[in-house]
Amino acid sequence: MPVRTGTLVASFVGALLLDFMPWPDVTLAPDFVALTLAFWCVRQPRRVGLATGWALGLLVDAGNGVLLGQHALAYSALAFAAIGLSRRILWFDLWGQMLHVLLLLEGAQAVALGVRLAAGAEFPGWSLAAGPAFATLLWPVATWVLLLPQRRPALLDEHRPL
Amino acid sequence: MEHTPPPFFLRGPAPLVRLAFFASLSLTLLVLDARFGYAEAIRSVLALAAYPIQQAARLPVALAEGVAGYFASQAHLREENEELRARLLAFALDAQRFESAAAEASNLRRLIGAAERPERKALPAEILYSGRDPYARKVIVDRGAQHGARPGSPVVDEVGVIGQLTRAHAFVSEVTLLTDKSQAIPVQVLRNGLRAIAFGGGASGLLELRYMAANADVESGDLLVTSGIDGTYPPGLPVATVARVERDASYTFARVLAQPVAGIERGRYALLLSAGARPPAYPDDAAERKGAKTRRARKPLPDGS
Repeated sequence: MPVRTGTLVASFVGALLLDFMPWPDVTLAPDFVALTLAFWCVRQPRRVGLATGWALGLLVDAGNGVLLGQHALAYSALAFAAIGLSRRILWFDLWGQMLHVLLLLEGAQAVALGVRLAAGAEFPGWSLAAGPAFATLLWPVATWVLLLPQRRPALLDEHRPL
Repeated sequence: MEHTPPPFFLRGPAPLVRLAFFASLSLTLLVLDARFGYAEAIRSVLALAAYPIQQAARLPVALAEGVAGYFASQAHLREENEELRARLLAFALDAQRFESAAAEASNLRRLIGAAERPERKALPAEILYSGRDPYARKVIVDRGAQHGARPGSPVVDEVGVIGQLTRAHAFVSEVTLLTDKSQAIPVQVLRNGLRAIAFGGGASGLLELRYMAANADVESGDLLVTSGIDGTYPPGLPVATVARVERDASYTFARVLAQPVAGIERGRYALLLSAGARPPAYPDDAAERKGAKTRRARKPLPDGS
């Protein structure tokens, strides 16, 4: 059952909602948009890609009031890497997938960090690496929730056991 | 004979080409935004698009606060009410004294021919949440350009300065806190009038007075107030108390750290003061002197003078 466009849009809007919630500590908060983007890039590399990531990144940049293009660059790189790995990741079990996703999300965070350091910001500390780690822990949840609309109930038919 | 793949296999440009395209687009935007500040128009449109999502995201928290407020106990409310009443009395006394003092100061200034200080308008605002950017110290307040908030205006709470409004969106604005690394405020030691500039200390939550001579008369416990010489901050607002002074003979400058007095990380409400009148432009004689030194022919001014 192919994914509907409505599901994609709804999942990204939901991720933006979670991202814009007032988190007490922003360095520890997982980046839901990055997680959702990585998920759809792995599952639907032909529907969701760099253009989606770039547009979402711009929206996040403007909403958070950071340098315009910071998240756009990070999300484009994330989408590129996720699409490149998309044929590989799904062969692994959940733990193997999470290892790949951790690398993807930390890489995206590193891109954003590089941009900010180049623009003259100070290094906010290693707790920056915790956000992507927490987001990775949510990968099984994301897998379950985001694939929910595509799952159909098992057809139970007394007369046709197969 | 040319082979083109059937349309079924067409996937558009190669991924690497796409990455190069979007990365260069992002980098262009970054440079335009960080170096030249040309991206504000795009930003305001995008921020407007993100605004409904931000409001919706705040909804559950606001709802929880509302429910918690509804169940606040009668005793607590009564206690708070009494405390506020007492503070109101104290402030009313201060306000009366201030009225007469301000009138007297204005009279005296007129007598000696000094410039009048314009009254500043104050716009109360609520701090919504801290900015989602671990690299900067910002808070978002619920007053925007539509309500009359202007970039550059000082932001204070009931104790002292907390920061400066750096970007006004349509309905919300960003306030850069004093502790942000890129924020500076001109201050004055209240005890002896010594002028200095306080820079944000970043994650430490302190302010740093840079370029203070090693023998400068600063002691820990001194109150720093705004000096008002930049025309942005009104003079006399409390900013910080000096927490530590380190004098080391091997350095030219003393290291002075100060603790902000206002509730920079805690407060809930703030006042946006209108930006002060722009002082008359500085006569550009420094540039002229430099021009004379390099023996460059001075360009005649357009009006012929």
